[in-house]
Order: sequence, then structure tokens, then C-alpha cells
Amino acid sequence: MTKMKDNKLSFLKKKENVTYAIVIAVWIIMEILLKAGVVSSHLSGLLVPMCYYAIVAVGLNLCVGILGELSLGHAGFMCIGAFFSAAFSQIFKDSLPGGLRFFLALVIGIAFSALFGFLIGIPVLRLNGDYLAIVTLAFGEIIKNILNSLYLGLDSKGFHFSLTSMLELGMEPDGKTLINGAMGVTGTPRDANFTIAIFLLIVSLIVVQNLINSRDGRAIMSIRDNRIAAESIGINVTKYKMLAFTMSAAIAGMAGVLFSHNISTLQATGQYFGYNVSIMILVYVVLGGIGSIRGSVIAAAVLYLLPELLRGLNKYRMLIYSIVLIVVMIINWAPAVLDKRQELMMKFRKGNRKNGTA
Amino acid sequence: MLSFLTSLVNGLSLGSIYAIIALGYTMVYGIAKMLNFAHGDFIMVGSYVIFIFVSNLGLSPVIAIPVAVVLCLILGVTTERVAYRPLRNAASPLAVLITAIGVSYLLENVALLIFGADTKSFTSVIPWSGITLAGGEIRIQGVTIITIITSVVILLALQFFVHKTREGQAMLAVAQDRSAATLMGIDVNKTISLTFAIGSALAAIAGAFLCSAYPSLTPYTGAMPGIKAFVAAVLGGIGSIPGAMLGGLVLGVIEILARTYISTQLSDAIVFGILVVVLLVKPTGILGKIIQEKV
Repeated sequence: MTKMKDNKLSFLKKKENVTYAIVIAVWIIMEILLKAGVVSSHLSGLLVPMCYYAIVAVGLNLCVGILGELSLGHAGFMCIGAFFSAAFSQIFKDSLPGGLRFFLALVIGIAFSALFGFLIGIPVLRLNGDYLAIVTLAFGEIIKNILNSLYLGLDSKGFHFSLTSMLELGMEPDGKTLINGAMGVTGTPRDANFTIAIFLLIVSLIVVQNLINSRDGRAIMSIRDNRIAAESIGINVTKYKMLAFTMSAAIAGMAGVLFSHNISTLQATGQYFGYNVSIMILVYVVLGGIGSIRGSVIAAAVLYLLPELLRGLNKYRMLIYSIVLIVVMIINWAPAVLDKRQELMMKFRKGNRKNGTA
Repeated sequence: MLSFLTSLVNGLSLGSIYAIIALGYTMVYGIAKMLNFAHGDFIMVGSYVIFIFVSNLGLSPVIAIPVAVVLCLILGVTTERVAYRPLRNAASPLAVLITAIGVSYLLENVALLIFGADTKSFTSVIPWSGITLAGGEIRIQGVTIITIITSVVILLALQFFVHKTREGQAMLAVAQDRSAATLMGIDVNKTISLTFAIGSALAAIAGAFLCSAYPSLTPYTGAMPGIKAFVAAVLGGIGSIPGAMLGGLVLGVIEILARTYISTQLSDAIVFGILVVVLLVKPTGILGKIIQEKV
């Protein structure tokens, strides 16, 4: 008996497992509430978006917290995952069963976003700091603008694509429109649900947390802490930066697949894929704690759900977030404030010790 | 040919606006060594101030523009003092960038709460209708001419200020080596405040011209031009004053030509594509200097 109890405790002793436990607990509670029918349709509609934003936040934290480079283009990678997987699901809408189709769409979405992450990473990772942030923002906007004017069709002769109009595709009469320019993709099968979303969140957590605790992860963090020192002890900086950035993009793409299979009309608008969305995800990462994977998940879930549920707050949501963002940054990073905090901590400890002996 | 000339003039006009913003951007980046993401939103604040004075209170732009300049100047200096200065020596360079993003969001959302999301139609601050050339084939708007002239005047004034005055020399010294400048008795805090003051004042002026040329004002008006002006500053060589002017003009012309001859939707993608190409081929920009990274 006691042995089993020990095992249970040791499962939770590892920091990472607590995160999985929290996610699974939320899933079980929500499933019970859903079955009991006490969840409003408004809230149940928010569950999948909550998961995909948590997934992107985990992916972005890999880039910001672990690699130490600020990307403002993750909404673009999400966009790629969403569009390619949606186009795939359109093709096999009637010829494949739902589960298999979604699995393959997931593979396609992740593969394409990883590919674009890799290709974009080659030039981008030669930069750092401010430049890298602005260039990823630029790439995110380029992706959004191109997908917004992309026409893709499929007929017996294969794929056709154009950047100007539907007519230019020159399709056969039996052709099928996959991506219709600014109209986007319509009628994607709604294959995603809350359970799948939670499962994918756990997958992304396993991937990222295991990476952090591996040799590769430590190499990535050493680059973050001191690139020149890392290079001098023989760490291949380019390789590890590419690895982290590509994985981060692939995770964002996975969230994109969930996104496109949860709504019927997918459009590359600024509202869903603009750089403002990338910044919103950055807010989740910063408020959850840069480098803290669990923090990202919790912050994404809470910050996404809270304003949606408290309707009165929605108007002030971004205002409050922006103030909190500035305050959190100053409290956590300003050297003067950090010194003050240390001083206070010392005083507090001393006081405690005195009380203890008295 | 005539349509090409018209596009070229429009491009120069837009380019001059980018140049005015980029001049502020490049000074702040060169001297304070930070990317002020909120710079574009100072443009929006300036434009709203002018909008209130001209459209709501019915005052002349001659009064409205100086008021907007002063308010933006105060806003810029205050922002630097409250949000950026505490983080100047932070362990991670991302700290101040993320804070600047926060400031940008704050300004946009305050404007959203005060003015709402609907588009305000901005009355042009320049009543002059412009001139016609080639027997009425080409019409150049008054705002276009004034914008181009103003940007050149600002460039010359800044060049004079930076190279011929004590304060300007102090800026150059701080840009080169902050701790050495301190040892020479230069007040670094004061110099950086002055840089923000100039940059924000220029943003207000840019706002007046931007909204006169493109008269729709929303809380997000400044965001995109702000980012594009940063692209212009990088293109010209960040930290270089003539570079910012050149980069702004080149970028404006490319954007308008792309919009006219390639695609309206893809023009932004093309502008950002230029940024990517510049950073890959010549990361220091057209007129920039190479700075070696030291341990």
C-alpha cells in the first residue's frame, strides 16, 4: 500500500509531470461537466481555441524562453499549418474516414510549417535580438498576405495555383477549388474536438519538455545564455538554433491544424493570423513566465478564457494585458527593481530567523 | 509614362513620410540602442490630437500641429523615463523590446477606448490643392509637395543639429560608447531623453502628413507605417541620418510602384521581402557601418 503511494508521489515529484497532471485534470473535469450538460454552448466553443492557443504558447516559449530569440511570426506558421491541412482535408473530404483524414492532415500541416520554419530559419537565425523579431514579423505578414491572395485548385490534370484570380487557374470543369483567395477555405470538415486538442497539447508538452531536459536542450540554452562561450566549447550554434526554431514553428503549425479543423471558414485575415495575434501569444508567454512551459499553458488558458467569459471585461482586455505586460517586465527584469527585491527578501529572511530563535 | 511619373511622385510623397518617421526611429535606435516598437503609435497619437483640434474644435492646423508635436514629445520622453529607462541595463535584450510592444498595445487600446474602432475622416492640414503639369495630365497634390519639402528641411536641420551643436555631439558620443561618454562628463540620461523628444516630435509631424495624404484615422493607423519606417531605417543603414532619408524614399517608391504594377494585396509582402533581402545581403544597409560583436 505504502509503496504505491510512494510511486504516486514520485510521479508528481518530477516538475514536468505536474504539468501533464494539470492538463489531464482539466480535461477530466471539463469532460464530466460537458457530459452533465452544465457547460454553456459559449464556453464549450472556447475549449478547442483555448487548447490551440496554449499549444502555440508552448511552441513560442521554446523559441523565446529556451532559445532566447523573440519571434513575432508564429501566427504565420499557424497560418501555414491551417491552410495546408485544410486544403488536404478538402481533397479527401469524401474519400477518407474522419480519424485517418485528420491524422494525415495533422502530419501535412506540421510537415509544411516545419519546412517553412526551416526555410525561414536559414536567413532569420543569422540575425538576433531586435532584427530577428522584426524579420519574423515581416515573414509572418508575408505568409499571411500571400495566403490571402493565393488561389489553389485541383482537377484531373493536377494542382493549379495563381496569385491573381480564380479564372487564371484554367481548371477543368470537374476541378475542385481548394483555396479561394481572400475567401479562404470553406467547408473544412470539423474533425477537431476537445479531446483531440488536449491530446495534442500533451504531445507538444512532451516534445518540448523532453527537449529541454535533453543534451540538445542544454546546448540550446547554453547558446541563449552566452552564444560566444557556447561556440567556443564546440556547440554547433546554427544547428541547435535551427532545431529549436523549426520545432517551434512545427508546434505552431500543429495548433494551426486544430484551428482550421475547428471552424468552417478559414481566411488569412489579420484578426486570426496578423502580427497582433503573434503579440497576443507573446503576452501569454511573458505573463506565464519566459522559459516556464507550464506557465505558458496556464497563462494561455486563463487569459484566453477569462475575458471571453467576463463579457464586461472584454472591452478592457487588451488594455489590462498591456499594462500588466509592462509592469511584469519591469518587476522581473529591471536591475534596480531586482536589487530592491533581493534586499527585501534578505530582510524578510533575517526577520524570520529572528522570530524562529526567539 | 505619365502614369509612371504620377506613381513616382506618389511614391516620393509616401517615401518622405516614411523618411520623417525613419529619422526618428534611426536616432532612437542608434543612440538608445533599442527598437521602440511604440514609435508608430506616437504617429497615431499625434494624428488624433490634430484631428480633435481641427475637426472637433475647428482650430487652425497652425495651432494644432505644434500642440500635437509638444504632446507627442512629452509622451515620448515620459515613456522612455517610465518604461524603458529602468530596463536599459537588463540582463536580456528582449526585456526592453517586449516592454516597447506593451507600450504600443497600451497606446492603441487607450485610443480604442477613447475614440472607438470606427474610422475617422481626417481633414487635410494643407489646404493648397497643388499644381498641374504637362497640360493637366499630371496633378501633384499640395500635400505631396509640402511633405517632400518638409522632409528635406528636417533632414538638413537634423544633420546640422547632430554635427554642429554640443547636444548633437553628445548624441554621437553616446551612440558610439555609452560608458566612455559618461566618463567624458556627458549626461547619458539627458541625451537619450532628448533623442526621444526629437523622435516623438518627428512622429507627430509625420502623423499630420500621413493622415493628410491618406485621410482615414483609426487606433491602428500608425502601426504599419511605423514598422515600414523601421524597414526603411534598416534599408538605409540603421543609425545613419541620411540613410534613413534615403531608405524612406526608396521604400515609398517601391511600395507605390508595387501597388500600381504588381498587386495591391502583395505590396506589403514585397516591402517586407526587401527587408529580408537587405538583412541577408547587406545587413548594415546602404549607408550603415559595420559593428563587430565583442566578448
